[in-house]
Amino acid sequence: MLGRLSLAAIPFDQPIVMVTCGTVGAVLVTVMALVTFKGWWPYLWREWITSVDHKRIGVMYMILALVMLVRGFSDAIMMRSQQALAAGHAAGYLPPEHFDQIFSAHGTIMIFFVAMPFVIGLMNFALPLQLGVRDVAFPVLNSVSFWLTAAGVLLVNLSLFVGEFARTGWLAYPPLSELAYSPGVGVDYYLWSLQISGLGTLLSGINLTTTILKLRAPGMGYMRMPVFCWTALASNLLIVAAFPVLTATFGMLLLDRYCGFHFFTNDLGGNPMMYINLIWIWGHPEVYILILPCFGVFSEVVATFSGKPLFGYRSMVLATMAICVLSFMVWLHHFFTMGASAAVNGFFGIMSMVIAVPTGVKVFNWLFTLYGGRVRFTVPIYWTLGFIVTFVIGGMTGVLQAIPPADFVLHNSLFLIAHFHNVIIGGVVFGVMAGYNYWFPKAFGFKLNEPLGKAVFWCWFVGFYLAFMPLYALGLMGATRRMQHYPNVHWQPLMVVAFCGAVVIFCGIALTVVQLAVSIRRRDRHRDLTGDPWDGRTLEWSAPSPPPAWNFTHLPRVEQPDAFWAAKQAAKSSQVAERPGYSGPIHMPRNTPTGIFIAFFAFILGFALIWRIDWLAAIGLVGALAVALRQFWQTGREVEIPAEEVAAFERPTMREAA
Amino acid sequence: MHPQSVPQGRAPGVDSHEAHPGRSYLIGLAWALLLTLASFWAASTHSVYAPAVPVLLAVLAIAQMGVHLAFFLHISSAPDQANNFLALLFGLFISGLVVFGSLVIMTNLNHMMMPMDQLMQMQR
Amino acid sequence: MSAAGEVLEFGAGVPLSEQGPAPTRVVAGFGFWLFLLSDIILFSALFAAYAVLSGASADGPTAAELFDKKHVFLETLCLLASSVTCGFGALAVVRSDSRALYLWMIATLLLGAAFLRLEASEFARMVAAGAGPSHSAFLSAFFALVGTHGLHVTLGLAWLVIMLLQVATLGFQPMVARRFFCFALFWHALDIVWIGVFTIVYLGAH
Repeated sequence: MLGRLSLAAIPFDQPIVMVTCGTVGAVLVTVMALVTFKGWWPYLWREWITSVDHKRIGVMYMILALVMLVRGFSDAIMMRSQQALAAGHAAGYLPPEHFDQIFSAHGTIMIFFVAMPFVIGLMNFALPLQLGVRDVAFPVLNSVSFWLTAAGVLLVNLSLFVGEFARTGWLAYPPLSELAYSPGVGVDYYLWSLQISGLGTLLSGINLTTTILKLRAPGMGYMRMPVFCWTALASNLLIVAAFPVLTATFGMLLLDRYCGFHFFTNDLGGNPMMYINLIWIWGHPEVYILILPCFGVFSEVVATFSGKPLFGYRSMVLATMAICVLSFMVWLHHFFTMGASAAVNGFFGIMSMVIAVPTGVKVFNWLFTLYGGRVRFTVPIYWTLGFIVTFVIGGMTGVLQAIPPADFVLHNSLFLIAHFHNVIIGGVVFGVMAGYNYWFPKAFGFKLNEPLGKAVFWCWFVGFYLAFMPLYALGLMGATRRMQHYPNVHWQPLMVVAFCGAVVIFCGIALTVVQLAVSIRRRDRHRDLTGDPWDGRTLEWSAPSPPPAWNFTHLPRVEQPDAFWAAKQAAKSSQVAERPGYSGPIHMPRNTPTGIFIAFFAFILGFALIWRIDWLAAIGLVGALAVALRQFWQTGREVEIPAEEVAAFERPTMREAA
Repeated sequence: MHPQSVPQGRAPGVDSHEAHPGRSYLIGLAWALLLTLASFWAASTHSVYAPAVPVLLAVLAIAQMGVHLAFFLHISSAPDQANNFLALLFGLFISGLVVFGSLVIMTNLNHMMMPMDQLMQMQR
Repeated sequence: MSAAGEVLEFGAGVPLSEQGPAPTRVVAGFGFWLFLLSDIILFSALFAAYAVLSGASADGPTAAELFDKKHVFLETLCLLASSVTCGFGALAVVRSDSRALYLWMIATLLLGAAFLRLEASEFARMVAAGAGPSHSAFLSAFFALVGTHGLHVTLGLAWLVIMLLQVATLGFQPMVARRFFCFALFWHALDIVWIGVFTIVYLGAH
């Protein structure tokens, strides 16, 4: 009746899990109770949950990512503390089966449910505003994408309390992930939550690519787009190209596990290396999907706070598209040690070094933009300067490992772990934090507290180096990744330093929450009344803060890059071009619960498939289809915003910016 | 506004401005039938040098895919089809990489692998 | 009318990329084209798996032993014909000609269903002969690749039925017309994938 599900699935015998379960449950109940007592449900349902507005969806992605950052980081601090303790004969406090789930969950959550939502959230919020249009290409699909990601989050987190998670690392290599060696539900939780959220991500990639290529303000040709839009284009093209490979590969593993197929099994002709090959065809572009939008954020921040146009716009665009193409030609460097010949290893090693070149071009362009500018040392610039230093170091250790003989020593050591955290934290986290501080006033109408923002930066910066520089050393000394314990007590001091670094990062995360709370409390002091708190260069700063649902009353006419800056200069010299005005009502897409309902049924389907509950799976599938069909027949899908409401929002825009 | 000018280019597929709209489907059908018959013939004939048959099949398949793209989907390199064409090229590039890259790598790994009887000896 | 609801005028010589937001028909068509390309990449991963594993028959039945070229030829003709009938159906949508639309699209449905029936019978024959997907990596890859294509055809036919119901209930609204054009793209793309399947899987078997 309930498939493989029973009360035995709840880990009553694991105190850490039960305490976590209790705490999370208490927090959830408190939040729900608060919302109910304050009567916020109608507002939340109407304005956020059913919203198809890209700005709202972007904010929801960021909130989801921030919450999951706490979960992923708890896994991190558990690993660091375990490794700080378990030297020599000491056993630490986490049994191996538990530790294995923790490192698997840490990677899975951080990549799929923290980094991706952060980056997609920033792109969702900023792209239509930068492009000078009202919304993305497919607003309802946008909502569906977000809620499918949330369904994936729910499944992954549920695995902590009902059943178990995968013990196979964040990529679940076979044959360990095959049914014979992972007979439990852990790998199934992993696979289904990622298939569901992966579909959301793919749809988002299609949505944003179409937006950038087909929906831009009049006059905004490709070479007049902000660089963030170019990097977003490259990132979303990579999503559209790479995620199908992930879906297919996970699909094959699921067929092995559920239907007895033999793609990657040890017997009857299966080939586990084929999984590794395919998964890294996705895996390498994935990291570029994460970093490219962050490069875009840095380009915007550097230009704005230097008061100069970005140096080398054309070379930035070329470098971005080169990285986009090259990112698909380096994947074997993730498995140099797994049996390929020197010729094949050599090809991919050289390509991995080549891909560093366009990145170097970008770094130099940023430096040349800063040089000669009147740099304002705001929080986003702090993150940018920290990024330039940190990412370059991480990039260099990457190029070092691109040399196959070196990688034979360093593969799967703590050196590797230090490298990818170096580039992901130094690049993605720093970039997201810069973007968050930069665009927050646009989203909410007031700035974030500066001193606290700088404190957050210093905690992350110092904490990162404390936590990961020891790992470089340990890797060179021979320490492998994913160790629940290790024999060499001489490694322990460095492990302790790393743990201290993690604690400092924790302070950074805590201060982020404090910064948000304080900024909200003191919002009247930091109000952004002009829409342009940073003296910005791109079109989003010409809209009010926060923008109305329709973004711009008149779609801006663009004649050159840095369109808003040009308009401000023109206004200063009193050469204002006559612009056609639009004084009628505006049609915007209507809010709809389709997204959350489809995601709800997708969650039911995923859960049912994990636990082999056939009737529940049928309900999930039929339910999702029914919601989709209902949306398919919707005809009244637009809402008309009357001209008076639009006029009431009329603000100093490009025409009158002074 | 020029009647043929569509901002940001046309969508792929049915072209409502063609003079004889049905003709492209019939031409496409004729070519596709020809190429299909040729493929099936090539696979079972003995008059073609045997190692060349896979190449011939590949060429015929690519030609037929081209026929579909041109006559059924109306994809071309015209300026108002630029986005569609470039997207297609990108998709084909990635597909080619996935298939041929995987083939090259997996064949290489297979080739480098120790023969099974030697491997089994190491198990003891 | 642009997606923003404003009527925009441009002088001669303004490049397409500077003409502002595209109309909804173009946005929907291009977005669906991107989805189709992503689907083709999904198939390429399955093709790659097939190419790598096609020799791994684990002392069981091989491709050359199992495949019937006449059967495949018939399937190919069905799908090709259905692509052409679908094209004529799409032209009927342009003309808002409901009688021609039903004629051509029901033909497409029947030809597509014939294809599926032929394929289902082939699968059943193979499973009955002890050559099901769990018997070797080669068979797993075969059933996954050809089966995924067949699943797409099935979903396409279901979508076609839904579209015919939409025309019947909602008429030839722009929203309905757009979706028909997307369906036509999908159906042609499935035939393109089939060219790959019959060439590599069936004709390539030796």
